[in-house]
Amino acid sequence: MLKHRLIPNIILNDGNVVQSKNFIHTNIIGNAITAVDFFNSWASDEIIILDVSRNKNKRKEFHQIINNISKRCFVPLTIGGWISNTDEISQFLKEGADKVSINSELIRNPNLLSNAVKKFGSQCIVASIDVKKNAKNEYEVFSERGQSATGLIPVEWAQKLEELGAGEIFLTSIDHEGTDKGYDIKLIKNVAENVSIPVIAFGGVSRWQHFVDGINLGKADAVSAANIFHFTEHSVFNAKKFLVENKINVRIPQFFNLPTPRKPKYNELF
Amino acid sequence: MISIIDYKMGNTRSVFNAFKLLGENVEITNEKDRLTQAEAIVLPGVGSFNDGMKDLNQNGLKEFLTEEIIDRKKPYLGICLGLEFLAKRSYEGGICDGFGWIDSEIVKLQPSEKQNKVPHMGWNDTEIVKEHGLMKDFTAAVFYYLHSFHMKINNSEKEVITSKCNYGGIGIVSSIQKNNIYAVQFHPEKSQENGLKLLKNFLEDIRK
Repeated sequence: MLKHRLIPNIILNDGNVVQSKNFIHTNIIGNAITAVDFFNSWASDEIIILDVSRNKNKRKEFHQIINNISKRCFVPLTIGGWISNTDEISQFLKEGADKVSINSELIRNPNLLSNAVKKFGSQCIVASIDVKKNAKNEYEVFSERGQSATGLIPVEWAQKLEELGAGEIFLTSIDHEGTDKGYDIKLIKNVAENVSIPVIAFGGVSRWQHFVDGINLGKADAVSAANIFHFTEHSVFNAKKFLVENKINVRIPQFFNLPTPRKPKYNELF
Repeated sequence: MISIIDYKMGNTRSVFNAFKLLGENVEITNEKDRLTQAEAIVLPGVGSFNDGMKDLNQNGLKEFLTEEIIDRKKPYLGICLGLEFLAKRSYEGGICDGFGWIDSEIVKLQPSEKQNKVPHMGWNDTEIVKEHGLMKDFTAAVFYYLHSFHMKINNSEKEVITSKCNYGGIGIVSSIQKNNIYAVQFHPEKSQENGLKLLKNFLEDIRK
């Protein structure tokens, strides 16, 4: 039977792994390659890496990091943040990414999605949606990292993205992100039950139980989180174990040791 | 040298990285003289059958591969699209001819159980049919799948199936082997330990 996926999300700001709360990125946690190494060996089913840096000069460095990370990552790797054209998607794929995640640019230019799907296939494109409750207390899609209201209704926008060929939806609740509230179950369920492509839930996980809720109550196909994975040893492994104990159909956690040791300079790996 | 065919349809770099990790000499190329010299040819790929076949045809690679793999018996490993190309034809985006090396067709995945979405994306249990070749020393295995079409093999050639999986009530051919032709529907380069073990099995089997 097809397994539910558990996906750590690594948020990078100027090349450093950071904590994120309501889309404000604060504490530097550490080095991206170390994080990927741990997550890769702790039974993650996929890994997502997002660049949130506002410094355009750091983009080159981000590409270099992906290039190095992919040499050590043997689960599917999704890259996102600031992607606005198919040339850069090609570049990420050449650097070893398996999928890309696109968000704000799809609101400005939905044609990017159909072009990217035509060129790289649906399976390669994750459409990311950020949702916040507006002044009327209704769910609304926000773009530009939560800065601008779009007037779009999440379910309708998700259906539109599916129609344009997106392979998956990565769904974030900005209000829940970085809090301890767990997923916004109502939002996740509403979207997951109204599209026929996989939905990845994100935002708010502070206990392993929240993953179980995201799958059982939210009907998410895959569950993702960022902050919670960084502060405990074997975090992904333990989360997986908890899911197994709660009878969620996931890949049984096993430690995976990369046959190559980490080296002081990652770009000298090979 | 293990040569991975570069034809712009997907994650060649991930496959390169996996062989590299196993300590292999590996390259990504579409130059025929390089491919002629290779110990084995790997054809990975994600994306649409038609586009991939068009690209292979434009580079004259379809006839070339038939000579190398069928006539000269060079080991071939097909991954995902690289498995689907072995069929006689595919129905993805109109009818399109494949290599025709396996008596089979590529048809749309239509799970009978409604909750199963297409593409079939994620980790799935794989049942080993023949525990040798690629599947040596596997008893049960979980691999990463990502596809919307799958291979239907005609009865005359059912014995090439070495593993299979069930998705929403549909039996999926997970891997096949026919002489020097090896192919998998899932992605060993992204299936962590199991995937690396499978690639190692491939190398061991062709060097026996």
